[in-house]
Amino acid sequence: MDPSTLTISQLRAAYGDGAVTPADAVRSLLAATDARDAELGGYLSLDGETALAAAEAADLSLPLGGVPIAIKDNINVKGQPCGCASKILTGYTAPYDATVIARLRAAGAIPLGRTNMDEFAMGSSCENSAIRPCRNAWDPERVPGGSSGGSATVVAANEAIAALGSDTGGSVRQPAGHSGCVGLKPTYGRVSRFGLVAFASSLDQIGPLTKSVEDSATLLQVLAGTDERDSTCLEAPVPDYRASLRGTAGLQGLRIGLPKEFFGDGLDPRVRGLVELAIKRMKWLGAETVEVSLPHTDYGVATYYIIATAEASSNLARFDGIRYGHRTAQPADLLDLYRRSREEGFGPEVKRRIILGTYVLSSGYYDAYYLRAQKVRTLIRNDFDKAFAHCDVIAGPVTPTPAFRIGDNAADPLALYLADLFTLPANLAGLPGISVPCGLATEGNSKLPVGLQFLAKPLGEPDLFRAAHGWEQSGPWQESLLGQ
Amino acid sequence: MSKTYIPSIGLEVHVQLKTQSKMFCACPVAFGEETNSLTCPVCLGLPGALPVLNEGAIRLTLRTGLMLGCSTPPVVKWDRKNYFYPDMPKDYQISQFDLPLCLDGGVPLYDLAYPKDAQKTIARPGKVVPLTRIHLEEDVAKSTHHATFSTIDFNRAGTPLMEIVSEPEIDSAEEAVAYLNSLRQILVYGGVSDADMEKGQMRCDVNISVRPPEQKQLGAKIELKNLNSVSAVRRAIRYEIERQIDCLETGEPLIQSTRRWDDDAGITTQMRTKEDAHDYRYFPDPDLMPVLTETMLEEVRPLVPELPHEKVERFVRDYGVTPYDASVLSSEQVLADYFEKAAAESATPKKVANWILNNLLAVLNEQQLGIADCPVAPEKLRALVELQESGQISNLQAREVFADLFVSPDRDPARIAQAKGFEPADTGAVEAFVDQAIAQNPSQAEEARGGNDKMLNFLTGQVMKLSKGKANPKTVSELLHTRLRG
Ligand SMILES: [Zn+2]
Repeated sequence: MDPSTLTISQLRAAYGDGAVTPADAVRSLLAATDARDAELGGYLSLDGETALAAAEAADLSLPLGGVPIAIKDNINVKGQPCGCASKILTGYTAPYDATVIARLRAAGAIPLGRTNMDEFAMGSSCENSAIRPCRNAWDPERVPGGSSGGSATVVAANEAIAALGSDTGGSVRQPAGHSGCVGLKPTYGRVSRFGLVAFASSLDQIGPLTKSVEDSATLLQVLAGTDERDSTCLEAPVPDYRASLRGTAGLQGLRIGLPKEFFGDGLDPRVRGLVELAIKRMKWLGAETVEVSLPHTDYGVATYYIIATAEASSNLARFDGIRYGHRTAQPADLLDLYRRSREEGFGPEVKRRIILGTYVLSSGYYDAYYLRAQKVRTLIRNDFDKAFAHCDVIAGPVTPTPAFRIGDNAADPLALYLADLFTLPANLAGLPGISVPCGLATEGNSKLPVGLQFLAKPLGEPDLFRAAHGWEQSGPWQESLLGQ
Repeated sequence: MSKTYIPSIGLEVHVQLKTQSKMFCACPVAFGEETNSLTCPVCLGLPGALPVLNEGAIRLTLRTGLMLGCSTPPVVKWDRKNYFYPDMPKDYQISQFDLPLCLDGGVPLYDLAYPKDAQKTIARPGKVVPLTRIHLEEDVAKSTHHATFSTIDFNRAGTPLMEIVSEPEIDSAEEAVAYLNSLRQILVYGGVSDADMEKGQMRCDVNISVRPPEQKQLGAKIELKNLNSVSAVRRAIRYEIERQIDCLETGEPLIQSTRRWDDDAGITTQMRTKEDAHDYRYFPDPDLMPVLTETMLEEVRPLVPELPHEKVERFVRDYGVTPYDASVLSSEQVLADYFEKAAAESATPKKVANWILNNLLAVLNEQQLGIADCPVAPEKLRALVELQESGQISNLQAREVFADLFVSPDRDPARIAQAKGFEPADTGAVEAFVDQAIAQNPSQAEEARGGNDKMLNFLTGQVMKLSKGKANPKTVSELLHTRLRG
């Protein structure tokens, strides 16, 4: 048995049988990484020795005892680099654990490696990593999606059992969709952001990328819950997420909302076909479908890019070369130090967004952009409130197309922004969303995963798991999606 | 000066709050600790750290608002003020932009808060300077500039800082001094801050404009910085008023700008003009939830202390002290408390007040002690004043007893007086001295008998001499009275 190919549940069962030890699991992941990661670029760093030592000391009685979890490079793990795939954080070592890391550790998990990403989580292809390119495990000529592209790649390539990512506009769900794994963005405030390097504070959420819906629920069980170090955390009690998988009803009676705005023109016919087929299958299994409308969907991209960049322009101000990270050589004066440290440290996409965000917050423009975007955000939220009066989950595609070739969209950032239209609304409205594989699209010699997205009302994660798990269990052919 | 110009002065006062911990993290607020020892990921602005509100700071600000008669919006929020500076770890400061904790209200100017030399010529006694707002924000770190580099100490970074903004309705440097002193008195009363300017616990920026009397609209607003003491504030404002008047007289244009006060040279110099002003790009901090204030306000309300001017009124009413004495007694909460404890069960509270103001404070002053350090308990002082008022000892003797009490505060004043022999146990002995004095000074006695009070006093002195100062002068004069005028 090769432990690297297992899900969390399978690995835990193997530990229980004594068939595999945590050290075996870490070693098999290191071997898989050695074999493939030079090409794929899923990890930015991986401290095998520390992971092995933790594996030797693992307490198997804990819920995630001995389970290695790869961590996106924007989540602080004490003693490890935390660089956000940016040159401006060259040499920076995290002096503290993010709350999610503390929770993983308390549950017995082993933080394993730092996964590649778009610099400061800005991007949806991982092409904006300032450190090294990251490739799709299904077709290395293609992007893995982003910004949590490294997390998706290491899970898809069996270099990790599961991984943590962060989702600001789709950054967990979209790479999961492109890479054939399960990606969850929890309700805003469900998981503590303390220790997640902020991109857009009102949109960011940490979420797991896994090989199964069950693993997603298992990880959320550990990650979720209020945190006195994050004031935006929700106080609601954490339900038993795994119970929602075991529900006897399965998909029976589940009301699936289908927003017509998610099935408009511009949707790749292969994606449309696979998503519609999946919904049809779910209906055969007892789900009902209702048509719903999200009339402000078209404004999502514009709204998102105003709010996200505004917050980012302020959040990224602290990377100034004064206290940590990159400082330019021989600055002439303070202004020169700031200017050149940031000029040298940030990549083009990060600069583009900082400039855009600075602009929309500028005196005289604030009302026209930022304030108006906040109003539209409320409208988008209202759309969902109305829709969820008629359904338990909303279903649709994750992205309009399967993963594109590396470099294909490099010259057109706007085209990339527009491709986020199905994932952004969940962040704007603070809703939970999950992406699960729903088939493969053929392109030349490649088979490319296509994702199916479910959205639920705030704190509706149990509904998401019920829908996604019900779908996942509906066909043995799902197996073929894993293990690339 | 050919005509009278009208100055309009507004003050922005930053006050460090007396909280245990910083505004957004659990680091303690303390001074003089090892550099950068009171820090954590939050107040260092490390990547990924998030702020969490210190509710204690909010409550102290609400208390201040209640003391100054402010209103509080039902929902207040937190905003980011964006600008780059090395002493700001996040390169933005968490502050409050359009929904601050307190609005309106005012600071009453106390007579005794004016500079000593200006207390006789107060233009508008009882004036209240209206406030625009009070908001809460975080303090920055402390930079130290060396020859070729600078260092930063983040111990202060994140300390809760309350900014109190007045309307530009202060008319003179003297009123500005009265404003600062009155405000400080109130803040100390409320236990909100020690508000010591010399220690940087209270910092003040002044904005000032001058206009000719025929002009309605305020002149160009000029901000003064680097004012590190109350006296600096007074001198800087006086200088700046004159400078602006000179400009107006000579036709030199005044533009909105910021000027730095040079305390040694006694002048202000231009730092920057409006053109270089920051665009702070305020926006609501997405890391912090808005605060609902209603419940908190109700919880804070009972903690609002009686204010100095309210105390003055009560002291005058309940204890019959003069308004001036009441003001002095109320100038410090501890002093007022001391007086009240001593006066509470006294038959002669006014005498207690006199004793404190005339004797006790002088002794403390000599010993360079504050009232808080006074070893003599207020109850002992009351007993001492009673001894004096009942005629058992003289004022001079009371002071001697007090001196002993000061050294051995556990002793009983009556016992001390007795031990000193101030109260002759045998009244017969005093009567004998009285007889002796009359016998030895027959002509003076005769005149006294005829109604000459001077002579009566003379004879009292003689009896005191005979008793070697131990007789009670009041008893003596009563005895002489009966004997001579019966
Ligand atoms: Zn701190």
